[in-house]
Amino acid sequence: MTWIGRRLRRFEDPALLLGRGSFVADRSSTAAAVKFVRSPVAAGTILGIDIPDGASVFTARDLAGTKPIRPILERPDYRAVGQPLLAVDRVVHTGQAVAVVVGRDQADAEDLAEQVYVDIDPSAAVVDVDAALAEGARQVHAEAPGNVLVEGRMKTPGLDQAFAEAAAVVAITLRSGRQSAAPMEPRGGLAEFDPASGRVTLTASVQMPHMLRTGIADVLGMRETDLRVVAPDVGGGFGQKMSLFPEYAVLVWLARHLRRDVAWIEDRRENFLAASHSRDQVFGVKGAFAADGRLLGIDADLRSNVGAFSCYPVTCGVEPLMAFAELPGPYDFAEYGVRSRGVTTNTCMMAPYRGVSRPMLTLTMERLMDVAARRLGIDPWDIRRRNLIKHFPHKSPTGLVYDPATYLEAMEAAEQRIGLGEFRARQKRLRDEGRYIGLGVSVFSERSGYGTPAFAARKMQIVPGYENVDCTMDPSGYVDVRIGASPHGQGLKTALAQLVADELGISPEHVRVISGDTDATPYGWGTFASRSMVIAGGATKLAATKLADKIRLVAATLLEVEPEAIELADGLARVRQTNRSLAIADAARAAYHQSYKFPAVGAGLRDTALYDPGGTFSNACHVAEVEVDIGTGGVSISRFLVVEDAGVLINPMIVDGQIAGGVAQGIANALYEEVVYDDAGNLLTASFADYLPPTAAEIPEIDIVHMETISPATVTGAKGVGEGGAIGAPAAVLNAISDALSPFGIEALEMPATPDRIRDLLRKAGISPHG
Amino acid sequence: MAESRTFTLNINGKAHTVNAAPRKSLADVLREDCGLTGTHVGCEHGVCGACTVLVDGKPVRSCLMFGVQAEGAEIRTVEGLAAADGSLHPLQQAFWEHHGLQCGFCTPGFLMLAVGALEENPDMSDDDIRDLLSSNLCRCTGYQNIVKSVRVAAAQMRGQARS
Amino acid sequence: MKPARFDYHRPARLAEALELLSGHGGNCKVLAGGQSLVPAMNFRLARPEILIDINDLKELGRLEDGAQGLRIGALVRHAAFHQPADDSELSRLLSRVVRHIAHYPIRQRGTFGGSLAHADPASEWCLVAATLSAEMTIASTAGERKVPADQFFRGLFTTAVAENELLTAIEIPALPPGARGGFYEFSRRAGDFALAMALAVLVVDGGVIRWARLGLGAAADRPLRLLPVERMLEGRLADAATFREAAAAARDLASPSGDIHGGADYRKDLVATVVERALTEAAS
Repeated sequence: MTWIGRRLRRFEDPALLLGRGSFVADRSSTAAAVKFVRSPVAAGTILGIDIPDGASVFTARDLAGTKPIRPILERPDYRAVGQPLLAVDRVVHTGQAVAVVVGRDQADAEDLAEQVYVDIDPSAAVVDVDAALAEGARQVHAEAPGNVLVEGRMKTPGLDQAFAEAAAVVAITLRSGRQSAAPMEPRGGLAEFDPASGRVTLTASVQMPHMLRTGIADVLGMRETDLRVVAPDVGGGFGQKMSLFPEYAVLVWLARHLRRDVAWIEDRRENFLAASHSRDQVFGVKGAFAADGRLLGIDADLRSNVGAFSCYPVTCGVEPLMAFAELPGPYDFAEYGVRSRGVTTNTCMMAPYRGVSRPMLTLTMERLMDVAARRLGIDPWDIRRRNLIKHFPHKSPTGLVYDPATYLEAMEAAEQRIGLGEFRARQKRLRDEGRYIGLGVSVFSERSGYGTPAFAARKMQIVPGYENVDCTMDPSGYVDVRIGASPHGQGLKTALAQLVADELGISPEHVRVISGDTDATPYGWGTFASRSMVIAGGATKLAATKLADKIRLVAATLLEVEPEAIELADGLARVRQTNRSLAIADAARAAYHQSYKFPAVGAGLRDTALYDPGGTFSNACHVAEVEVDIGTGGVSISRFLVVEDAGVLINPMIVDGQIAGGVAQGIANALYEEVVYDDAGNLLTASFADYLPPTAAEIPEIDIVHMETISPATVTGAKGVGEGGAIGAPAAVLNAISDALSPFGIEALEMPATPDRIRDLLRKAGISPHG
Repeated sequence: MAESRTFTLNINGKAHTVNAAPRKSLADVLREDCGLTGTHVGCEHGVCGACTVLVDGKPVRSCLMFGVQAEGAEIRTVEGLAAADGSLHPLQQAFWEHHGLQCGFCTPGFLMLAVGALEENPDMSDDDIRDLLSSNLCRCTGYQNIVKSVRVAAAQMRGQARS
Repeated sequence: MKPARFDYHRPARLAEALELLSGHGGNCKVLAGGQSLVPAMNFRLARPEILIDINDLKELGRLEDGAQGLRIGALVRHAAFHQPADDSELSRLLSRVVRHIAHYPIRQRGTFGGSLAHADPASEWCLVAATLSAEMTIASTAGERKVPADQFFRGLFTTAVAENELLTAIEIPALPPGARGGFYEFSRRAGDFALAMALAVLVVDGGVIRWARLGLGAAADRPLRLLPVERMLEGRLADAATFREAAAAARDLASPSGDIHGGADYRKDLVATVVERALTEAAS
């Protein structure tokens, strides 16, 4: 019996269900409370800061000697801009931290913060990506003429000819509104000062503890060893908690300066104002199609609003360069031209959020396919059939190598399951009654689990990617696995325990996974980019395999057989095809206490492994069925199907949870959520009454089907699955809306497709609310 | 203005005497003055529901009540949900079996929402359950397994109510 | 997001509450369910110096039904309407409308009187009061006065209740025999504030509308009773053509302002839709 593949309930859950979770705010009630005073305007010059007498308030002047956060891409087209820990002389977005207040408790700190008066001479704000690119637009940063911080360009030699020979050229422009990851727990940190050692322990709601330690030590000019970063229970991150934010560096500075414990627990308004945002992209594409629907080439102009700063460590290149490299998606075509720009504006910094550019590039390719199919009179499923990648390994026009996947097979499985014939008959019947339903399909690849080569190709100065795992069996036969990944809700500790249990022949309950503590885990890159199962899982498997070899050596010595004769199962080291065995715990005890017997093993049972894979592509096909209400513009989703291929499933229950959660966020992107600024750069969506994550009433039942193409590119055969739901869902929903409204010739090209926007399209098509 | 006052709260059957400012929310009093950090604070404007607790048997937002207002009421929080012997409440058990939580931050609020509503009426239809659960926000699960967990627990609680 | 400091009073009797109001007026706020006031205080958009918590005033918590209609104490919680108070069409209608007010936990605390006193144009209860000619009882140390709905709502978040006064009860007259209600609301998500909503009550006899009430919410600075459309409806056939005409007329009477959830054009379209659907339901 193996543990891999079982829907094992999670070890993480009992504490969380009993109210015994430990989130950073749960640990912070005795620390002094920190409140940031934030810029009320989007752009301007700071003329002065009035501080109430006797209050504990600090500004950039107090932080002299600290460095701005300034991540680097080693590309000639990159303009590095620095993000000061507190605003120096000028502000560049609403909500930028200008001063910091320390109070007895949170309410007291807020009272004090209200009394800090920041005198700012405001300037006109640059908010919209195209306005920022316009001739004569005000420059957000002196370092970035034209407001472009990064620009990727390429063109294959045959592109012009592809367009010249095309039977049809389809041009569309897609837009995605700005989203916030909106984790249920906002950011927060507790910095505890230890007077004995002078060390600070920063407990923070973060995804990347080791990187945070390096980043803070760098900007504060301190030794890394004087700082310990702990990620306790983390209430969701989705990317928002992977970057280094100035607030955390300021907290550590305060703890050292004041020699006391200080806590900053972000509130929801602050999270909307100053934690990172994402999306906010405008993609213009032209597709050259042959008469039979074959895609000959794509010419794309991709604009990403990256906000006021460049996020650390991945930089503001993350969205534009991902779009640049991965726009071709699951389609097999040769000619590609692209210009992809990251554009700075007076808005909150953009940083990775579940999907990173791929929701938008998938929307782009999938809408392009549908529009082209309609133009050419081809069935939308057929045009995809003609263009999907079918031969592996496949090399994309940008040089990415795709491992085996099931683009076509997953789509055809979805086509079968959704019952296309029945749907078309029902659609026709309902149209006659004045009701408009539609079906939308979306096929995509999810590049996941990529190591240093992929990040190095982006020319990042800080190149993440590998993971080291330390696997130790103690003398009682229990195993500690120390990982540099930093799970925050994914259930990775359970899934890794399943992997280790199979390698070592023990129960997963005997495996404890330790993460999120720079004092207790090897340097690693945290949890993001659908990497943890593939990379930390791969390293764990490699380390456990090495540990298993040692256990076999010990057991073989004690049982007086060759190590090859030993199998590990059910807590026993057994001599194959005999009834002779030894408890693994006894072998462990011997390894520590009679180590002289096992010179080949050394003392104890411990091993480590490094894993740094090239990456793998999981894939899926999403299908949405929607109904559009002509009278309200409202869209409801009645069915949602996911056919997913994530390779080997370690714990299918957890995988399904990842997919469902991702789909819900994709539906949010498609229909509900949008961070809105006014023209002056004031945030209009600073609450959950205005920024609208969907509820249980808006998210339909999600039907999930798995295909399992074992990846030759990973040691576990697993592929990443954290982001796919969010990547594929928006395209499926907008394709479904466009199908529903096809009698009116309406193509939905903007997300979120709000009732207002849908009615606007209908009104322009001359359709009254009464149909 | 009076900075703080002393009052007693009855929480999970136990009296807690606290000294807190009237402006302190029930959620913050529970967390900071009573040490009951299972109740989470997610938005402080009544939308997310992470802070949902039972006050006199009804699920309410503890961020929209001041602690001092709860004097004299019976308050139940997630910490009081499991039986005295530590065995999980049917809802907790169902959330565990059916993967009704991921990061766990919203979970106490969902549990208390569902407990209060199911104790009032365990005979909820699937549509009623979805409508009820639309009261709170979850960012991880896409709600699939929360709905499933509550359905399973409701069936079990109906059985217990009848036996 | 912690509120500014305030003094807290929890009077045990109405007279005591009115004394406090009379003594402090503009510096104080009445705390009933708190489901709108407390969020505003947490954002520090509302910062009363004195908070008068009326939750101990049991006399304001009574819901009485009778042949004349319903008398609803200001402290009656929304949840009291989850089940119809009696078997009248009015009670059944209110039990349908209440499902649209925010969410279950909010309805456990929020009060009927609090909704009316807050006078959010997107409030369901304000629409009910305006459409069905409710009469509000307002008390102060000087005594009680009654204000009809058409004089109660004065504008955005503004009512006839003065700073030293307290809304104590709402009376909604019974519907005429044979009346049937219809309600339609559209919001972005379940439980969100309405982008538009309409309440219609019709007496239809032999296919002809004999009596009509029609109100519109979230379409102006206050709930609107659409008197001209009611007059137009009475005597007409209860059919789709009539309702479409009524919807067009309602669209012209509405003066919605746009916001991030919908521009003014959109909201006008929506007015037509919700009016048509509420009327259709009332006639079915």
